[in-house]
Amino acid sequence: MALDDRKSEFSFVGTRPDRPDGLDKVTGRAKFGADTSAPGMLHGAILRSPHAHARIIKIDTSKADAHKDVKAVVTRADFADVPFKPGLEGEFWNVLENVMAGDKALYDGHAVAAVAATSALAARDALKLIEVEYEVLPHVTDVDKAMAPDAPVIREGAADYSVPEGMHPNVVRYHESGHGDIEAGFAEADLVIEDSFVTEATHQGYIEPHACLGMLGNDGKGELWCTTQGHWIAQKTCAALLGIETSQLRVTASEIGGGFGGKTTVFIEPVALALSRKANRPVKVVMTRSEVFRATGPTSSASMDIKIGMKKDGTITGAQGIFRLQGGAFPGAPGDMTAMCGFAPYNLTNVHQVGYDVMANRPKQAAYRAPGAPMGAFAVESVIDELCNQLSLDPIDVRLKNAAYEGTKASYGPRYERIGLVETLEAAKAHPHYAAPLKPGQGRGVSCGFWFNHGGETSVSLALSEDGSAQLMVGTPDIGGSRASMALMAAEVLGIPYENIRVTIADTATLGYNDVSHGSRVTYASGLATIKAAHHAVDKLCERAAAKWGIPVDAVKWENGCAVPSGPNAGDFDPMPLADITADMGSTGGPISGHFEATPEGAGVSFGTHIVDAEVDPETGKTSITRYTVIQDAGKAIHPTYVEGQYQGGAAQGIGWALNEEYIYGDDGRLQNSIFLDYRIPVASDLPMIDTVIVEVPNPGHPFGVRGVGETGIVPPLAAIANAVSNAAGVRMRQLPMSPPRILAALKDNG
Amino acid sequence: MSKFHVSTTVNGDTVEYLCDPRETLLDCLRDKLNLTGAKEGCGTGDCGACSVTVDGRLVCSCLMLGVEADGKQVETVEGIAEGDILHPLQKKFIEYAALQCGICTPGILVAAKSLLEKNPNPTEEETRYWLAGNLCRCTGYDKIIRAVMDTAADLREAS
Repeated sequence: MALDDRKSEFSFVGTRPDRPDGLDKVTGRAKFGADTSAPGMLHGAILRSPHAHARIIKIDTSKADAHKDVKAVVTRADFADVPFKPGLEGEFWNVLENVMAGDKALYDGHAVAAVAATSALAARDALKLIEVEYEVLPHVTDVDKAMAPDAPVIREGAADYSVPEGMHPNVVRYHESGHGDIEAGFAEADLVIEDSFVTEATHQGYIEPHACLGMLGNDGKGELWCTTQGHWIAQKTCAALLGIETSQLRVTASEIGGGFGGKTTVFIEPVALALSRKANRPVKVVMTRSEVFRATGPTSSASMDIKIGMKKDGTITGAQGIFRLQGGAFPGAPGDMTAMCGFAPYNLTNVHQVGYDVMANRPKQAAYRAPGAPMGAFAVESVIDELCNQLSLDPIDVRLKNAAYEGTKASYGPRYERIGLVETLEAAKAHPHYAAPLKPGQGRGVSCGFWFNHGGETSVSLALSEDGSAQLMVGTPDIGGSRASMALMAAEVLGIPYENIRVTIADTATLGYNDVSHGSRVTYASGLATIKAAHHAVDKLCERAAAKWGIPVDAVKWENGCAVPSGPNAGDFDPMPLADITADMGSTGGPISGHFEATPEGAGVSFGTHIVDAEVDPETGKTSITRYTVIQDAGKAIHPTYVEGQYQGGAAQGIGWALNEEYIYGDDGRLQNSIFLDYRIPVASDLPMIDTVIVEVPNPGHPFGVRGVGETGIVPPLAAIANAVSNAAGVRMRQLPMSPPRILAALKDNG
Repeated sequence: MSKFHVSTTVNGDTVEYLCDPRETLLDCLRDKLNLTGAKEGCGTGDCGACSVTVDGRLVCSCLMLGVEADGKQVETVEGIAEGDILHPLQKKFIEYAALQCGICTPGILVAAKSLLEKNPNPTEEETRYWLAGNLCRCTGYDKIIRAVMDTAADLREAS
């Protein structure tokens, strides 16, 4: 889309109205995953492996089967016989293996059997009646150990074509990219720093555990209600795992209590449906928090080596990164994403990056907000900070000197279109935060961050009512106020009040396919589709007005919610409001609707710059974040308050990842901190207010200039906080989280 | 296991239910009274999504047994609005976008209302510490804290 065609003056976009679902969500009326029931409903519960790695010799369900309250017991034999390919190309096979173990339990918490009973208590009790005989196998949970020659093999033949000869079978995908001559680049440098970094796995930590209600008959027709970021992928996956036709399973997305990438796949949904099919009754399954931690999709853990060369004037002459990501007992760790994002903010002549996807005996990783990018940014931006310190250069000036701009060849290959990194850095430099004095014991950190953003398959439909109001059906679950931004964009095109538009998250039977609410794609892609669907309806409104006036349709245009003659030659007619056209649409040609289906490709990459002040207590090792500023390019903020909310939420999750949160495994391979008391996410008293600056450099790929804003905000915090803490403590922090014991150890090592 | 008969008052209504002695007050509110506004986020008293008041005291309903509610006055998020008039906190939360996904919102509203009843003029620090038992993963708390403090200011001005 040409820049000239893009709208830049707005009536509704950029305002801050109340969200359409606000009342439901402040009164307790909104129905989330666990908030529904059905007549005759049973309750499901899942038996999970206590071992990190074990062969399943035998599962005896006879005692559970015989219990009067138990109506169904399922194991792997009750799922579709999805053809197993030695190359493990099929993600469906991986998901099936993950939702119900086959020959082996691959991690602590791996599902091995499930029951449906007449009450939740009865189901829980019945799990104790199932006897499983295991042969415990050696396990590995650490990424570097999983790559070592003597590591236990999680599964032979899981590696794809990309993995070089001679790697351990646990290395299942390999990525290498870059350009220029990296050794020549290092030779040009006045200072080269090489360092290694480690991050631990974290969890998205959505407050709503996974929950679903499934019904499936032996006629192959089913209904599923679940909390999900994408009900079409749930539909497709469940249908495949149960051996039924996709279209025969109707999936309705509940309100979703947080996802952040963790609800982009299925865990309990196929189990509920399998139990339902066997019991011939609806089955509800709700995870406990401990199940969420042990058996959903946390992030990868990472081990990374970075080498960067810099001239005395701050020019980066060469940059190299090796990124090893552990993603659980299945292929999928985003080592490629980490590698591609690490150096993406910079205009580099010589850059080289390698990413490894490594399996270990942990739960199958899932996306978490810009998956893979935060770890890489932590490692890369820490080294840049150290170079700035040793060369006595200002960290924002150095980033400005090397910043990518329109036309820069990205570290991962393509040339950038219009991007806003320089604008975020200039805004950071001009922000009062950057000039504010620091108190003793405090340090300041800066980091940039990059994320690709995503388009994805999208379907939207819009129907006008005879009274001039509009119903908008979108297929991307509303996780953080997207109903409001959709209604604003529809109002902008239709020219009717925001309040007159009802936005519904449609079920899978009501719209064509929609990709998941992920990749920061909702405001971009569902927004683009909403705009196009509204234009489609406007075209029809103009046709009806033209017919009423007896003039050609190209002599009618749409302005401020009315059909108007397009010029003096078109005739002299009063503007005809939308409601006047819809009032008699039944007799002028029938219902007026608009729709749009496509896979938009112009998502527009996004950059952010964060400034953070941290104070380290040398007695206890505790870090306090004293000031935090997020500056990020939104392209165009449709509802600025919710854009701010995305920035603040990303920063807060980043603070948790940087300072506290980690999966802790014992020597036995079992997760030791599977409740919120022990896996401590930031609470209100841990955080300061989080200041935000919305930079708007329009995305050429969206009619209103939108770039997704959901994910980029979690990319800079890990590095920005590590830089602040390192500067406060006077010692470089190379491992996350920077929990008090690690900081005390680093201070001690530093003397 | 035989069940216990419980008579209690929820949001001013007299209610009765039969419950297993192992069931929590949260289970009883949600599954027996169909009051699903209170949420189970953890079941261990760490997240506050199930916050209710019992005889005026703020509690995690997942840490209290259903049988213990006998003869008590329970208030939940469903009782915060007066008829069709939203409580000022509810209005301010919508206006400030102090919620994104909304799963923590019922518990936070119950806890914030309880705070303002005890302390009509809380400092930011007092507000943050009072709400430290209510986890929110979406917002970073900024807009929540502002909504609570500005509601408190509005209420002080109105009284």
